[in-house]
Amino acid sequence: MALVEIRDVHKKFGRTDVLNGVSLDVEEGEIVTIIGRSGSGKSTLLRCINALETVDAGEIHVEGQRVHAKMPDLRQFRQRVGIVFQAFNLFSHLKVERNITLAPLLTGRIGKSEARALAQDVLARVGLADKIDAWPEQLSGGQQQRVAIARCLAMAPHLMLFDEVTSALDPELVGEVLKVMEAMARQGMTMILVTHEMGFARNVADRIVFMHQGRVWEQGPPSKLFVRPETPELASFIASVK
Amino acid sequence: MRSFSFIDFVSLLSALRWTVVLVVLALAFGAPLGLGLATGRISRIAPLRWISAAAIQVIQGVPLLGLLFFFYFGMPVFLGIQVPALVAVTVAYTLYTAAFLGDIWRGGLEAVKQAQWEAGACLGLSRWQQFCHIVGPQALRLSLPPTVGFLVQLVKGTSLASIIGFVELARAGQVVSAATFQPLLTYAVVAAIYFATCLPLTLWSRSLEARLDGSR
Repeated sequence: MALVEIRDVHKKFGRTDVLNGVSLDVEEGEIVTIIGRSGSGKSTLLRCINALETVDAGEIHVEGQRVHAKMPDLRQFRQRVGIVFQAFNLFSHLKVERNITLAPLLTGRIGKSEARALAQDVLARVGLADKIDAWPEQLSGGQQQRVAIARCLAMAPHLMLFDEVTSALDPELVGEVLKVMEAMARQGMTMILVTHEMGFARNVADRIVFMHQGRVWEQGPPSKLFVRPETPELASFIASVK
Repeated sequence: MRSFSFIDFVSLLSALRWTVVLVVLALAFGAPLGLGLATGRISRIAPLRWISAAAIQVIQGVPLLGLLFFFYFGMPVFLGIQVPALVAVTVAYTLYTAAFLGDIWRGGLEAVKQAQWEAGACLGLSRWQQFCHIVGPQALRLSLPPTVGFLVQLVKGTSLASIIGFVELARAGQVVSAATFQPLLTYAVVAAIYFATCLPLTLWSRSLEARLDGSR
């Protein structure tokens, strides 16, 4: 059984069809990158996976559990599925340490005495051990995004979702974030990413999913998809991002 | 007839005590109620939003004087209960404070980005935890300057309580002015005392604004 099973998912915003019957499986430990033009439904699909958006039709299962906004253990479910956003969304009134430890403490994952050690541990994994006492505003965009990733890691998620996490960064800061994500990939984390970083998609992803008009248009390993696209839509997309 | 003397000044100052009492009572009851209205305004439960919005609209739309009249003169007529002046003014100022603080704090809560709620939700926090630990504290920072600003309005607003005979600073001014026949001087002193009370608050509000502006 796949870790994530998406079956014929439909979603409308008003009268616009955003998802038009998406089906997709993601295996445990797999790195799946979703690419496509803006408006193709990539981010919406990602947000449906942790029930930030409700689906109109179809089903999503994660670890065998059906996902929807009214599921009884939604909060426990979300602790197992980390999501990182384009805009970092750090808590600006809290220092880095507290940003990371707030949720583990409130949800009872850890006790007070373990909090600082946990923050140190996850910060070390994103290369920011020395920023534990900093305020978010004192950090660069790339550092803030790495703290956001560390904040997710502190919940020990089984699955990580990345929603265009480098799109808001200055070009010279993109690399440090991608490096952290590569390291996570090597450690076996299951990851689903929406990204415009084609280099990352090519080098790190196990599978590329090309979305178009709210559907999975074409998918396969990067070696095949980027070299021999089958559909003219993908071919023209690849040409446009080169 | 006697002329305005130091004794009169002291009696005005001691009446200021009741102005302060009114402000404290209004805040003690009005602030929690205001917090209730503010959270009601952003609630996910629609009827709660409507009730809070309506309450704020009505109270803000009625002159403070009307509220005072209603609770002091109206209650005996409509409900047959004679309420002491202190109770009537406390109720009136509580509602007044709740409506305005409720609106100010709603603005603060709405000024915190929706994504902050979402980030909390994605970490498995309940809506209440998101409010208490993430959105509330940030909204408080944003709301602090206008809240202190409202305090100035409240201090000055308590002068209306004199209309129904409650002896605070303004009413004491009327008494002194009647005794001395020096209304201009008396009311100038009264105004100066109000000003001296409000100035520190205004300055505090300004400095909060400067300190919190754009930072964290």
